[in-house]
Amino acid sequence: MSEIPSQQSEQIHPTLLRPGTAAPDFTLRTRPDQSISLSQFRGKPTILAFYPADFSPVCGDQMTLYNQILPEFQRFNAELLGISVDGVWSHLAFSKDRNLHFPLLSDFEPKGSVAKKYGVYRNQDGITERALFVLDSNGIIRWSYVSPIGVNPGAEGILKALESLSEPK
Amino acid sequence: MKMGMKTEIVKLTLAVNSGRDHIQGPTSAVATLIEYGDYKCPYCGQAYPIIKEIQKHLGNKLRFVFRNFPLTEIHPHAQHAAEAAEAAAAQNKFWEMHDHLYEHQQALDDDHLEKYAAKIGLDLARFNNDMSTHAHVGRIREDFLSGIHSGVNGTPTFYINGIRYNDSWDLETLLETLRSAI
Repeated sequence: MSEIPSQQSEQIHPTLLRPGTAAPDFTLRTRPDQSISLSQFRGKPTILAFYPADFSPVCGDQMTLYNQILPEFQRFNAELLGISVDGVWSHLAFSKDRNLHFPLLSDFEPKGSVAKKYGVYRNQDGITERALFVLDSNGIIRWSYVSPIGVNPGAEGILKALESLSEPK
Repeated sequence: MKMGMKTEIVKLTLAVNSGRDHIQGPTSAVATLIEYGDYKCPYCGQAYPIIKEIQKHLGNKLRFVFRNFPLTEIHPHAQHAAEAAEAAAAQNKFWEMHDHLYEHQQALDDDHLEKYAAKIGLDLARFNNDMSTHAHVGRIREDFLSGIHSGVNGTPTFYINGIRYNDSWDLETLLETLRSAI
């Protein structure tokens, strides 16, 4: 994992869960009548993308970009989960507006509790960091990264992490 | 440059290549500005006249390169618009089509694309054949993938001399940054 830049996130985010840590399990709502548990995704690489809020006022915001890139993630058999503190109704509207093909999870009640477990909650703002985690098929964190809140990190870090997961050990 | 202060430096992975890229300005230009853009994206539309203005200011000190990054999930017409620009490129009229598309962003459905092709003087039979066979999707895909691997994080994303530009692309800021790179 040496080529993946995580140095900066270590310095800025002492609480960020580090590679080698087992990803804490959680169950969150994705729709008014449906919940998703992380443990459902064992056996596949999983990408957790924490983001500050639905409906960022730009084209090609982070979730829209990942949606467009989804086939590239799927080449690694990886699942993508978006997570924010927005409620399910907001997620539903956002998903529909951006035509998203992956689930958005609602870390809404108790607010930010999953983000706190992963060390990426911003107490001062009441939102999550813009944080990325790539888990291997055993649910172990293999890469984690926090981007400055205003900077969409793009996808190349995720793709590098997925590539290194699929390399023979 | 300012960009390194906020986040790590993100580099372009596919170098500019005059054999494949659409380029304005001389190879000897001191600064190279690359845009990854989507013809339907309103922000790219806002950036379009800014780039023109910057080109006027910097003249042959600047080389400008455009690569496709169509966000088809939110902009259904973006893919065909990109194909139309590439079909025009096959007839050596890429920039004519590129400009025309950004100047008519509100109407990029297939009928309009054909009208624009006629307007800029393309061989229509050849254009229509390229469009119906999707002759240029491979190239658009290559642009798109090079963007993903280079850290494109929305449209437009700019690179100056191979480094992702993270600052505001308003005329003043972008021009000043390019001047400091020259």
